[in-house]
Amino acid sequence: MKLSGARILIETLIEQGTEVIFGYPGGTVLNIYDELYLNSDRIKHIITAHEQGAAHAADGYARASGKVGVVLATSGPGATNLVTGIANAYLDSVPIVAITGNVAGNMFGKDSFQEVDIMGVTLPITKHNYVVRRAEDLAGTVREAFRIAMSGRPGPVLVDIPKDVQLSYAEYEVGEKVKPYAAVRASDDEIKKAAAMIRESKRPYIFCGGGAVTAGCGKEIAEIAEKTDGYIGLSMMGLSAVHADNPRNLGMMGMHGHYAANRALKECDLIVALGVRFSDRATGNKDKFSAGKNIIHIDVDTAELNKNIPATLCIHSELGYAVKRLLAELGDCGKHPEWQDSIARFRKFEGEHKPPFLSDRLTPYDVIDAVCKRTTDNMPVATDVGQNQLWTAQRYRVRKPRRFLTSGGLGAMGFGMGAAIGACVATGERTVLFTGDGGFGMNLNETMTAVSQNLPLVVIIMNNTVLGNVRQWQTMFFNKHYSATTLNRAVDFPALAKAFGAVGMRAENREELEEALDIAFAADGPVIIDCAIDKDERVLPMIPPGGAFEELKLD
Amino acid sequence: MKKFIIGLLVTNESGALTRISGMFSRRCFNIDSLTVGVTEDPGISRMTIVMTGDEYSRDQIVKQLSKIHSVKEIKEMDPENSVSRELVIIKVRADSKTRSEIIDAVTVFRNKIIDYAKDALSIEATGEYTKLEAFIELMSTYGIIEICRTGLISIDRASQTLKDSGRISEH
Repeated sequence: MKLSGARILIETLIEQGTEVIFGYPGGTVLNIYDELYLNSDRIKHIITAHEQGAAHAADGYARASGKVGVVLATSGPGATNLVTGIANAYLDSVPIVAITGNVAGNMFGKDSFQEVDIMGVTLPITKHNYVVRRAEDLAGTVREAFRIAMSGRPGPVLVDIPKDVQLSYAEYEVGEKVKPYAAVRASDDEIKKAAAMIRESKRPYIFCGGGAVTAGCGKEIAEIAEKTDGYIGLSMMGLSAVHADNPRNLGMMGMHGHYAANRALKECDLIVALGVRFSDRATGNKDKFSAGKNIIHIDVDTAELNKNIPATLCIHSELGYAVKRLLAELGDCGKHPEWQDSIARFRKFEGEHKPPFLSDRLTPYDVIDAVCKRTTDNMPVATDVGQNQLWTAQRYRVRKPRRFLTSGGLGAMGFGMGAAIGACVATGERTVLFTGDGGFGMNLNETMTAVSQNLPLVVIIMNNTVLGNVRQWQTMFFNKHYSATTLNRAVDFPALAKAFGAVGMRAENREELEEALDIAFAADGPVIIDCAIDKDERVLPMIPPGGAFEELKLD
Repeated sequence: MKKFIIGLLVTNESGALTRISGMFSRRCFNIDSLTVGVTEDPGISRMTIVMTGDEYSRDQIVKQLSKIHSVKEIKEMDPENSVSRELVIIKVRADSKTRSEIIDAVTVFRNKIIDYAKDALSIEATGEYTKLEAFIELMSTYGIIEICRTGLISIDRASQTLKDSGRISEH
């Protein structure tokens, strides 16, 4: 049957399993919004306060659900407002399809009103992008966009649809839900080699990243650790892959990682790197990172192999397949009592060297512990970027894959509100956001969205009145020159929450926090809790940027 | 540092060239030359990229290029099993004293004079890299006024093609 381009878009999105679109209307997407109006019983649209929030929401939705997130924006400013959200999804390998309207084809290149070459703008931050020039091509392009977004290493795809394409008619037939392209799989020989290297190791260390969350193979990775008598360190993106309480899990490694996770990494003789890209925030000094160790690197993206850290054995493979095969191939790996003793010592040392917090009323860990006590395994926890993120990554007990959402690669302040909204919509669960007064300040407008959707969000602002993470670097590396990090703001967050139609409370000590959380975890809609944190609290331990384990600062 | 020649088949669509050249600038790799033209299949363009780099950059470039969705086939050309050519037009200073010498050199190198003026000659030279470099060096003794190069193109020997010897990129 012949349908308008706008209708074809909606039909294709529905056929591809899209239940929710996050977006914001405007001049060049009016026809699409008209179809959304007409089909509102088949596909839900959530309007955010700003397109950036919509992009982060689609990202959060995808992270929490494992499905492709969809965001829709108008041309020009609508499209450019998506850019941070798209870049964020690109760096963290999150599958989203971003749809933008554009001016009609005959107005292209004339600097028409709200015309931006969004394809050009997003070239380096998408897996692929399209300008659709004919309505006949629309359905096929959208299907391919979904397919590319979810295949191999996932990522964002942008589809730019000029207004004339939305208006013109073309044949449409319902298509199948697309499947990802078949990914490369490890050969038996590669698996045998890897297994042999692991069997020879006396001190095996599994370095597990976001790829393990995407592949959903954290359980098998934990089994490999058990079988090989090895231990697991997680990158920030990999935090939800393995249950926080698993005895093999040493927690986050890297710049602000746990002492034991970093010490074990230094002392191991073999790193089994699974679904990681050896980010500089994880490795620090690259030469010292790998000195004297064998490294097995398995990743679905061949370009990551030997990119940042050269490996002894590189295996280009779909991670889930390789991990399952490896588990089956391992056989008897023996026990490594010396390694166990070492790990026990590292853990003991870690227990004796807790981060030195200043406040006796309310520390960052107090806040996180109080929340953690109340959350169920299935409740998503999102963070913003900065100290709030690092403390949460260190302390919060993540118990289920896809229930920890953070901006790892881009480190985009303002990510949290959109992401939490997306995760909440995807799971239907109460969702917690740990944010700071800085990061919350960037996209706090999305409180309006949480209110309009009546989402049970618990927003915890770790309010230290400064840009804490930058301040920490200024304290440590810039002679306490607090350039532009002392905010001198006078925002009354509880009043602000109320002005938005949400509930807001202030907590200056543990008792007040518990009272506020009692209310927040019983509420139907969004609750904002403004927690007073000392401005000089630091995230520790810390390995300085580009540094090695020897430079780790404990206090 | 070595020279590498990479052959690519890419979909003939707007933006394909930008995707590829953008990858080089974004990841700080240098392109010595890049040529592009349509093939026997109008939907597919062929590119030849010449670059200088170490093993690391060669490995990364081939992998990163193969991730670009517009890239359908990619292969590092083997100098032993491929033939390469470049076309150069050189405008060289020539007067009554040097003209015949230059014409002799053009004949020996099997090049062609394509424009003749009182004070200058324009020479069409084709060949592989070393021949052209030698000729350009020789011409520089007479004074090169202007030079214009197409960049290298390269094709497999015998009946082998980029399609059947290259690897289909995975996405």
